[in-house]
Formats: sequence, structure tokens, C-alpha cells
Amino acid sequence: MEQKLKTDFDKFISTSNFSNQEIKLKKKALDNFLKNGFPSRKLENWKFSDINQIIKKNIGELTFYNDYKIENEINDDIFIKEIEHNKIVIVNGKVQQLNFEYEESDKINITILDILNQNLNQDNSLISLNNSFSNRIHNILVKKNYSLKKPLIIYQITNEKMSNTNINFQLNFDLEESSSIKIINFSDDNSEKNFINDLFNFNLDKNAILKNYKIDKKNNTNIKYDYSSIIQKENSISETFIFSSGSDYVKNEVNCNLEGKYSSAFINGIHLLSKNKHHEIRTKTNHLYENTKSYQLIKSVIDDSSKSVYQGKIYVDSKAQKTDGYQLSKAILLNEQAEFNAKPELEIYADDVKCSHGSASGSLDEDSIFYLMSRGLDQKTAKELLINGFLLDVVEKITDEEIKKLIKNMIGLN
Amino acid sequence: MRDKQIEDLKDYKYGFSTDIESFKAPKGLNEEVIRFISNIKKEPNWLLQWRLKAFERFKVLKEPDWQKPKYPKIDYQDLYYYSAPKSFKEKPKNLEDLDPKLLETYKKLGIPLQEQKRLNGIAVDAVFDSVSVATTFKDTLTEKGIIFCSISEAIQKHPDLVKKYLGSVIPITDHFFATLNSAVFTDGSFVYIPPNVKCPMELSTYFRINASDTGQFERTLIIADKGSYVSYLEGCTAPMRDENQLHAANVELIALDDAEIKYSTVQNWYPGDKDGKGGIYNFVTKRGLCKGKNSKISWTQVETGSAITWKYPSCILKGDNSIGEFYSIAITNNHQKADTGTKMIHLGKNTKSKIISKGISAGKSDMTYRGLVDISKNASYSTNYTQCDSLLMGNKCGAHTVPYIKNKNSNSNIAHEATTSKISEDQLHYCQQRGLNQEEAVGLIVNGFCKEVLQQLPMEFAVEAQKLVGISLEGSVG
Repeated sequence: MEQKLKTDFDKFISTSNFSNQEIKLKKKALDNFLKNGFPSRKLENWKFSDINQIIKKNIGELTFYNDYKIENEINDDIFIKEIEHNKIVIVNGKVQQLNFEYEESDKINITILDILNQNLNQDNSLISLNNSFSNRIHNILVKKNYSLKKPLIIYQITNEKMSNTNINFQLNFDLEESSSIKIINFSDDNSEKNFINDLFNFNLDKNAILKNYKIDKKNNTNIKYDYSSIIQKENSISETFIFSSGSDYVKNEVNCNLEGKYSSAFINGIHLLSKNKHHEIRTKTNHLYENTKSYQLIKSVIDDSSKSVYQGKIYVDSKAQKTDGYQLSKAILLNEQAEFNAKPELEIYADDVKCSHGSASGSLDEDSIFYLMSRGLDQKTAKELLINGFLLDVVEKITDEEIKKLIKNMIGLN
Repeated sequence: MRDKQIEDLKDYKYGFSTDIESFKAPKGLNEEVIRFISNIKKEPNWLLQWRLKAFERFKVLKEPDWQKPKYPKIDYQDLYYYSAPKSFKEKPKNLEDLDPKLLETYKKLGIPLQEQKRLNGIAVDAVFDSVSVATTFKDTLTEKGIIFCSISEAIQKHPDLVKKYLGSVIPITDHFFATLNSAVFTDGSFVYIPPNVKCPMELSTYFRINASDTGQFERTLIIADKGSYVSYLEGCTAPMRDENQLHAANVELIALDDAEIKYSTVQNWYPGDKDGKGGIYNFVTKRGLCKGKNSKISWTQVETGSAITWKYPSCILKGDNSIGEFYSIAITNNHQKADTGTKMIHLGKNTKSKIISKGISAGKSDMTYRGLVDISKNASYSTNYTQCDSLLMGNKCGAHTVPYIKNKNSNSNIAHEATTSKISEDQLHYCQQRGLNQEEAVGLIVNGFCKEVLQQLPMEFAVEAQKLVGISLEGSVG
């Protein structure tokens, strides 16, 4: 693999026009990845999902070279018709379209991120991999006091041209004071057996609001790693919703730093799995200042021989007095072969805090099924009704009514 | 003089087998030392081979480093692996020679004078005849067919039982410290309860003759045969001093069909001084196997001592309908550190487990609950309930919860809850208003917090443990 990485990297550099300084930094990131390789179960974070083995088993040899010169056609059919929206269309890791037609043009500033500002000293080898092979990174800056009128939908498309390839992508958002944005991240995969590695950075200044909804529902055999970093200043709010169902293997990681007082983070997620899918959500909320709040609710419905993993950590710094942290994960196992693993973790260094977590897993409640059947429902409908109710709990947490309706339709929960 | 003698013995390979009463085995860990230990204890050959096999394994194992409390590297070649019991000459002669702080604590715990002496190895006068107490105690047990002796004695007198069960729960191929123990263990307790016998009294190391100085590598083996019941107490509430810093004991419990073992521990080893200097490293491996149907193993622990406590008393629920329980109170103060919890491994059908853990950290201490609940594919209709609560006092300490939950069976349920909080001002205010001083108030509230676990302890133990909880937290408030 090492040789392949090096030749692919040289090919990538020679076909793109990075400055010498940029190449040097990308090389450094590559060295970092070469040193650590793909994470395996030996690392605590990857204990339940050994991505090194999963890639080996399902993809085999990966190609790291991705030609960003290729222009891809976009089929209008995929766009969501129900609501008016701004769009960013990404095809095979390349930004094809940036369209903020509903917004005041001077309120949104789109630039290419200076690679020098990136944090290249990474413990996370997949971020190093991303840093070394991703194309130039767009930075979307929302100016002070501006709220986007319409939601932004990020279409992440892969087409059938891609297979056995590693696709790396990064996007940055800066939300200035009192600004707000609503994002739907919609995956549309028409490719098979790729390793897709995404990184999203969000910087929220004072009073800023971020609502981020991630939808992965189309069945495909890709392996995905998605890392979101959210840094929050005073009084800012972030809301993250993850619907994780379509791809064969997905690991969603959300890392939230609550750096200012009264900032709060909400992370809610659904795993709806069948066949032999293997999905993981890992959340880490770092309470670094006093009077911060975080809330996580993760629910899984696991069928066939699929596997759901939730790792959640609430970290409370000794400075972060009056922290309010809550975390709940629940799972329903529908089949003998299904598996649920959880590691809800608390790491607390301050005494005046209110932190708790709960985790429950098991089968559908027999009494509830009996109750519904005695009211005339057949067993299948009764089960469906219970599962719907179980998952709806999470969807109802979405604070934007319009998007909530859209997502309910999209994933067929009513 | 002594050092010189030992130095001399090092050169002379086999010389140290003579005059063992006053000598330690030379420093270091090698095959010779293991042969020496085995030889001195007149062990059968199979046990020596067993030890050597463990040592072979130990050589390839790496010391784990994933735990939260880090400690300076231990040089395993710089330890004595065998030392003969001390003669009275070296021990303090009078209570006046002891640390006044220790005496003060004894007073608070209400430990009788004679017992205080005994705890410190001071020769007791004839009036207090601990031996006769123990003898009557032994007669009752023999009548019922219960074997309760040191493991060295059991190796001589009941080799079949030892051979059958030793290492059946903690094999010699286990982790680093357990394997080290298998190679060099010196002594410990052995209990066998015959079928359908209910042990009439609480068994305690405290009553075993020659129980003192079992050393740092203790090995305990308890077997409850079909339909039997035993309650075993380890340790005592009185503070224990020991110059060995590392303690790596192994405790194995085996419960056959319909048997029940209740194992209670009160651990109060020397925790080091206020600045975190010194103190015991308590790295114990405790594991129980519910081998038979309808068997039950229950662990209760009150951990207040040691500089570092690192242990996970576990239950392997192999028999159908077996039950595992774990009740724990862990208190850390000053610079103490604890990483403790349990493992419940459900293998049999219809198995149940319950975990109640209460952690209290004060001062600059650090406390971690780490637990595993694993329900395997075949363990249908199993349930687990876990509750772990932490209480923090001050913002210089830490409290962490790291549970691992694995459910591979759709008919089984796991529920886990954890909370972290502090003593509320209102509660404190209320108690103080009623005339308690701040420390008493804290003691009362903490006892309430721990009540669920304290209730599990045998009566006399519970009263002492309650006082201990209060004493451990002295100086942590205000």
C-alpha cells in the first residue's frame, strides 16, 4: 500500500497546480498517514469498527489518485423539489457547483482556504489522508447578523465512474457573530466499493446558529468516514442530525468544542440498518467553559446481521462548572444475528455539574405488540408502528419545521 | 549485614534454601526464584511446572498501559518475590511506637486495643487468645466438611481439588499481572464447601491462623460445590500498612449448580501521604465463574485505600439461569487514583446481572468506573441492569465513567444509567442547621449515597464500613 500511496500522490501533485509550500504541507500530511496507516481495532476509538480490516475485506486494493480535472455532468433529477434551496454540488470529491441564488451576494463570502491555516498535526490518520489528497478547500463565510433565507443543500454525489477509489473531501464554514445557516447534507451514491473520507469544519462565533442535517439513505456498498468538527463561542447553538442507513459501512464522528459560556450542542442520530451493514456514530462533546450544555440522543433499529455502534463521550473541563450534559442511546435488535455495541463515556473534572447518560438495548416490547394486536393490528403492522414511534422520537427533535417535514417524507416516517 | 548476606547468597546459586526463616529470596524474577519458592513450599512437581509455564508466558506479555491512572514504571527485577515471615524482633513492640495518626484512626473506627496490636503484628499477651477463637471456629467448619485453610496447606492436603480448579477461571495465559501472580504466588486462602452445605458463618481471612504476611502475590481459591452457600470476607476496615508497593493478587471463585458465593471486600491499604507520596498499588484480578445452573456470585467491595486501585471483579455467567452481582463503593481522596468496575459476561441462557457502583472523589484524586457487559449470541433472555453514580467534591478531582456495552442477542435486554453530581448546598445546609458539623454532614450524605451498596455487606462489616466512609473523606471539604 505504501508504494501505491506514494506513486498516486506524485501523480496527483504533478497533475494539479499546488504551490511549493502547499506541496510541502501535503507531503507532510501524507508522511503522517504513512506512519500510522488506516486505524485498526488496536486504537480505542476504532475498537468496534476496524476500518483497516473492513477496507481490506470489502475493497482490497485502493486507488488514491483522483483526477479533479474531470468535469462531471449533473443530472437535475436528483435535486430536491419540495423546498427552495441554495446548493453545493460535489461530484466524486470535486465541487461542481456553488449556488447561493436566494441570498444577498455581499453577505456570503466564498474563498479558497489557505492550506497554511490548516492544522496538519493530526492524531487522526484519516484526517491526514484527507489533508494530503483532497482538492483545494472552499471556505464559506456567513457575515455578521446575516441569516440565510433558504436552507443550503449539499449534494454529495458519486457516479459509476468511481470504484475501488479513495475519495477525500473537505469543506469549511465560518459563521460570524449572530449569523445562522441551515444545511442538509444529502448523499447520493451511484458508485460501489469506494472509501469516502469527508471532513467538515464549522466555526461558530458569538450567537451563531448552525443546523446541520445529514441524510444517507441510498443503498450502496461504499465505506464512509465523516468527521465534523464544530467549534462554538459564547451563546452559539449547534444542532446536528444524522440519519445513517444507506451505505454498507459508515462512521460518523462529531467533535464539538464548547468554548464560550451559554453555548450549546445538540446531536441526534438514527441508525436504521439491515443486511450486514455496520454503522457507527461517535460523538465527543468537550465542555471547556462554564454554563454550557450538550444533549445527545441516538436510536438504532438493527435487523438481519447488521451492527450498530455508538460511542459517546462527554468531557467536562475543571473550568466548566455548571455544565449540563445528557446522553441517551437506545437500540432495538430485530434479529438473532444483529449486534449493538455502546460505549457511553463521562470524563469529568468539575464538581458543580449535572451529567448523566443512559443506554438501553433489547428486543421490541412483547407487551406493546400484544396490546396493538389485541386492538386488531396484525403482527407486522404492530411492529412497524412501534419502530416508527421509536425513531420518530429523534426526528421530532429537529427544530426546523420545514426541514423536519422534508426529512420525514424522505425517510418514510410519518 | 543482612544485605551483605543476601549479596553473598546471590553468588551461591542454591545456597539460599538453607535457613529460610530469616532470608528473602534474592531480588529479581527468574526461573531460579520460582523453583526456590516452589521448593520452600514443598510443592508437587505439577505445580512447579504450572508456575514455570506461567513464567514462560509472562516473559512475552507486555505490561498494559491503557488504564487511566498512570504510575512510574515498575522494575520487576528489583523486587523480592519471596520473603519469610518476619520475626517479632523486627516488629514494633508497643502501640506507642506506631504512627499516632494510625492510632487516631483506630480509635475512630472503634477497634479494640488487642486487635490494634494484632493488626500491627505486636505480640499479644495470653489473655487475648486469638488462637482459641480460631480453633473453636475451625471445629465447627470441620464438622460440616468445609475446608478453610491457606492455599499452601491445601496444596499439600487436598491436591486433587487444587489441581482441578486452580487456574480454571484465571488461566496462566491471562493478562500481565495475573500471569505474574500465577508464576510467583506465595500464599492465600483456600475454601471448599461440600455439596448442600450452607456455611454457618462468615469466613474471613482475619480468622485464619498465620494469615498475616501472605505477601504481595496472594492467591485465593473458593469452590462452592452443588447447592452450597458461602459468604467470604476479605480485608478489614482498619488501615493496613505494608512495605510492598505492588500487590497483584488473584482471586478465583467457582460456583457449581445451585451454589452461591458472596464475596465482600473492604480494602484500606495505605494510600500514601497527603502529597501523594508512597502508597500501595492494588492491581488485583478477581474473577468468578458461575459454572453450574442456577448458581450465583455476588461481589461487594468498599475501596477506600491504596494509592492506585486497579481491579475489575468479574462474573462469567456460564450456567443457565445464573446470576452475577456487583456492588461497589470506591472513595478516593488526596492523590489517590482508582480505575475499577466489573465485567459481566453472559454465556448461558436466562442469565441475569446487576451492577451498582458508587464513586466518590475528593481532593486531587481521580476515579474511573470501567465496566463491560457482554451478552453473547447464545445467552437468550438475559438481562443486565447497570447503575453507576459519581459524586465529586471540589474541582481538582475527576470522575469518569467508561462502560462497554455489547449486545449480540435480540432477546436480551441491557439497561445502563450513570449520573455525576455533587453534594447539594441545600442538603449540607439542612444537616448543619440540625447541629451536625460540616464533616459529619458530608459523612451522612455520602453514606446515604452509598446505602444501596452498604446494605449488601454483612452486618458487623457494614457498621464499620459506614464509619470508614466518613473517615476516608476527612479534610476533603471546607
